[in-house]
Amino acid sequence: MGLTGIFLIAFLIVHVGLNACIWAMDGGQMFNVAAHFMGSTVVMRILEIGLFVFFVLHIVQAYTLEVQNRRKRSVGYAVPMGNSGSKWYSRYMGWLGTLILLFLIVHLRNFWIPSRFLDMNEVTYNGVEMHDLFGLMKDTFAGNTWLVALYVLGCISLAYHLMHGFQSAFRSLGVFNSRYLHLINALGLGFAIIVPLGFAMMPISMYFGWVS
Amino acid sequence: MEHYTMNLTLKVWRQKSKQDKGHFDTYTVNDISSEMSFLEMFDVLNERLVHEGNEPIAFDHDCREGICGMCSMYINGRPHGPWEGTTTCQLHMRAFKNGDTIVVEPWRANAFPVIKDLMVDRSAFDRIIQAGGYISVNTGNAVDANSLPIEKEKADASFAAATCIGCGACVAACKNSSALLFVSAKVSHLALLPQGGPERKTRVLDMVAQMDKEGFGSCTSTGACEAVCPKEISITNIARLNKEYLISGIVSDK
Repeated sequence: MGLTGIFLIAFLIVHVGLNACIWAMDGGQMFNVAAHFMGSTVVMRILEIGLFVFFVLHIVQAYTLEVQNRRKRSVGYAVPMGNSGSKWYSRYMGWLGTLILLFLIVHLRNFWIPSRFLDMNEVTYNGVEMHDLFGLMKDTFAGNTWLVALYVLGCISLAYHLMHGFQSAFRSLGVFNSRYLHLINALGLGFAIIVPLGFAMMPISMYFGWVS
Repeated sequence: MEHYTMNLTLKVWRQKSKQDKGHFDTYTVNDISSEMSFLEMFDVLNERLVHEGNEPIAFDHDCREGICGMCSMYINGRPHGPWEGTTTCQLHMRAFKNGDTIVVEPWRANAFPVIKDLMVDRSAFDRIIQAGGYISVNTGNAVDANSLPIEKEKADASFAAATCIGCGACVAACKNSSALLFVSAKVSHLALLPQGGPERKTRVLDMVAQMDKEGFGSCTSTGACEAVCPKEISITNIARLNKEYLISGIVSDK
């Protein structure tokens, strides 16, 4: 879980970084060029397959473990421990992950499937024709309150998932030195807040028309 | 602290045997002294039950001074009750007030089957220790202490891990019924000292294999174990075990 988790964390950095190009205020050119690079380079396409493999591994491992772990206590407690001793989001990683998975399905349908398999509006920069994903983003979110709310909910789930997952992943891989653990705890908290916030601001920006 | 007496309602798990389904029974106990220990309160109740011709409540206990690890009650939603860093036997009735209702359950984990009432079978822990939680190399006579230098930090961390009394509260608290805090304490206290060195690689692999065989769950780092541990064993030991396990898995001859 830790290893696949860290790979997915690395993916999030790339994803949020590239998507931040929407705020370049250049009519989406920088974003479209970046997306074109990701979609048309062979190395990136191979990495994309790796990404899917890691996603599937992470999800399959997680559900397998969850089922196995639940079977270890057939008779539960009449008075559950609740939050005395652990944070709620550390106990509900499975549910948070499920919310993210549901979000992911919608998200892939919204953007990945159109860009790979469906006809899309094209734009041409410097003689190179490419998908107008920026336009697709605008069309998807503008005036679509429910979808924006769903994306924000997905980002909140991701934030809590990372709040536990980031540091837990490194613990699983055997990082125990207090110096590194403090660093990882701090980094994890920062990452869990900043990255999902960045993602959430994207549909919100599109919805309110803050980008052009 | 001022002494007071209290009347309490107890909801206690009663189960005749491993096969019995079990249920809660409600008892009222009166005039309980705030200076009694939690187990003494159970003694008072049990004496009354015996007088009345009823079956007393079975519970584990031995030293009653917080060092043997036998007592094991899950009190009001927490292993060893509301106080931090305390075993059930060292929990005193001043933790409660007049009129309180206290729910007492056994440790819940399939790896710890209920024997009777509040007693559970924790021999799984013994088998994990038997799988490698010891040193079998002949260390010869006691050597001069100065001939075996050990860094103070390592000695301290080792002793801190060695304070684990194997009560099983970590398993009882864990949502996955994981025994990793216990196993990691045992692995750590030997891994940090030179005496544990020769068998270091196989120890962690064998103990974890036995742990899985006993039917404990896996660790998801929620930290509930650390919060309820009467000896306040740190969850950092689990991360250390993970490191030991990964490295041993790669370099072990097995």
